[in-house]
Amino acid sequence: MSTTLERAPGGPPQTPEVRSGGALRRSSDWARRAPLLPALIFTIVITQLPFVATLVISFMNWNAYYPDEIGFAGISNYVSVLTDENIRHSIFVTIEMTVVVVLVSLLLGMGIALLLDRKFRGRGIVRTMMITPFLIVPVAAALVWKHALYNPEYGLLNGTLTWIWGLFGSDNPPQPDWITQGPLLSIEVALIWQWTPFMMLILLAGLQSRPLDVIEAANLDGASSWQIFRYMTFPHLRQYLELGGLLGAIYIVQNFDYVFTITSGGLGTANLPYTIYQLFYQAHDYGRASATGVVVVIGTILIATLALRTVSSLFREETR
Amino acid sequence: MSATTDVGPVPATRTQQGAPRRKRRERGGFGLALAAWVIGFLFVVPVLWMVLTSFHSEADAATNPPSLAAPLTLEGYRNFFGAGGGPSPWPSLANSLTASVLSTVLVLLLAIPAAYALSIKPVRKWTDVMFFFLSTKMLPLVAGLLPIYLFAQVSGLLDNIWLLIVLYTSMNLPIAVWMMRSFLAEVPVEMLEAASMDGANLTRTLSQIVAPVVMPGIAATSLICFIFSWNELLMARTLTATVAETAPVYLTGFVTSQGLFLAKVCAAAFVVSLPVLIAGFAAQDKLVQGLSLGAVK
Repeated sequence: MSTTLERAPGGPPQTPEVRSGGALRRSSDWARRAPLLPALIFTIVITQLPFVATLVISFMNWNAYYPDEIGFAGISNYVSVLTDENIRHSIFVTIEMTVVVVLVSLLLGMGIALLLDRKFRGRGIVRTMMITPFLIVPVAAALVWKHALYNPEYGLLNGTLTWIWGLFGSDNPPQPDWITQGPLLSIEVALIWQWTPFMMLILLAGLQSRPLDVIEAANLDGASSWQIFRYMTFPHLRQYLELGGLLGAIYIVQNFDYVFTITSGGLGTANLPYTIYQLFYQAHDYGRASATGVVVVIGTILIATLALRTVSSLFREETR
Repeated sequence: MSATTDVGPVPATRTQQGAPRRKRRERGGFGLALAAWVIGFLFVVPVLWMVLTSFHSEADAATNPPSLAAPLTLEGYRNFFGAGGGPSPWPSLANSLTASVLSTVLVLLLAIPAAYALSIKPVRKWTDVMFFFLSTKMLPLVAGLLPIYLFAQVSGLLDNIWLLIVLYTSMNLPIAVWMMRSFLAEVPVEMLEAASMDGANLTRTLSQIVAPVVMPGIAATSLICFIFSWNELLMARTLTATVAETAPVYLTGFVTSQGLFLAKVCAAAFVVSLPVLIAGFAAQDKLVQGLSLGAVK
């Protein structure tokens, strides 16, 4: 029993295996693996093979508009990816968008989770209201932000400005063209609106898993709210903040819908997914699109490694 | 010990006498509750505005300042569903439904046995397998899209809903494996062993011991997979055209302005989001678990 437990640290208690003979064990191993194999093989074929193909194509000179010139290109696609002004810009846009959206929605999400962790009248309703933005189809949400909120002539934002100025008897309210004046910010605000609920949900789950008796004891000992937050709540929340931040980063790096809908990649807002989409779907430059894709993967591996480490620490705690 | 916990947390400044379950301090509680209400309201305003605008006439939808009390009409919905000409959204909604439901069924068929082999009778190195599944979710979709597109082009699968079904299955499988594992891990293994010793057959064991624990988990997993498939745009946009286009692809037709069409856009956005809203509120309690890939309960 103890040997089986040692081999799978953190696993659920395993049934003691019969270790009578190699052949018997091997066949029972395969019986155990059998239910896993369809999912595993399916995942490897559908998700891993395309990446291998992308890697191969990234070293090829391949543009569908010039079918006669297909051939080995060496690293020239990578050189052009890293020297191309537009692609370099889209790398910075991706980083900026991800950092801003993740940080702001984490901070907002934490504030709101702290508010919702208290008991008050209508807490369930407020929680439901908070979740709603996350349950709007991203394209639909982006359309609503673009046409119904940001529109300079009849959008809700400028409409509200007109109304407020009207209250003070002014008929000359500011009517900014939000998307033109701050294209990247417009996308980021809409994304923050949709992703704050995600962060809030994860952090609220973190808050509610706090050991309450310890906090009540600290309360009794006269610790201030700030002290309790700083020295007890925050350290406990840290791994939930990491988890929310990293998962959020993985989704935001890949964001395509908002860029496509709100600016169609114009006004300097094209991020890497949108640029790759353009390179392969519109320019049919398969070689460069693949090289850009590989660059994105390399960039994501860093975030993904950190994310996997955080998930695995939570996972070990849960199964301990 | 019990005396301290009973007496301790009740502060002397407590105001709400009639609420015995409230343990936290109430001072400042009103201000914070108000703040929560205001913030919650601000977050839901775009959705409320979308719904309200969708029931206004186009002329009332495009006023500045906004006309909140304008008469309600179904004009926007009639226009969206094709009364004013233009392509009908029904085929795309049907495609979305097909792709989301069938991919969810496939996901469950693959994920439940896999989760069984990762929890109840775990294979060796099962944690490594779990993290392999998770790692596939972290690689950006867009980087593998081109070979899939080329493959579909060669094999004639472009604009075929089955291609999307297979891709959505692979997109959601890691989430489903992680979620289902965490639910199956709650099945009492001792009871399974006792049942097999008592000679209970497999169907009996499944229906009486496993199902009651796992059914809510299956429901939550399906709803979350459904939502992710329904929302997906990038693959649907690049791999489908007129035949297999899904609802999000149909919505991209509204990206450029077309005169007075705000009520129609809002009606479209609301109709397309409605299944997700329903599924999301139904899965509300398990939403975090799904979104965090089962890492948070």
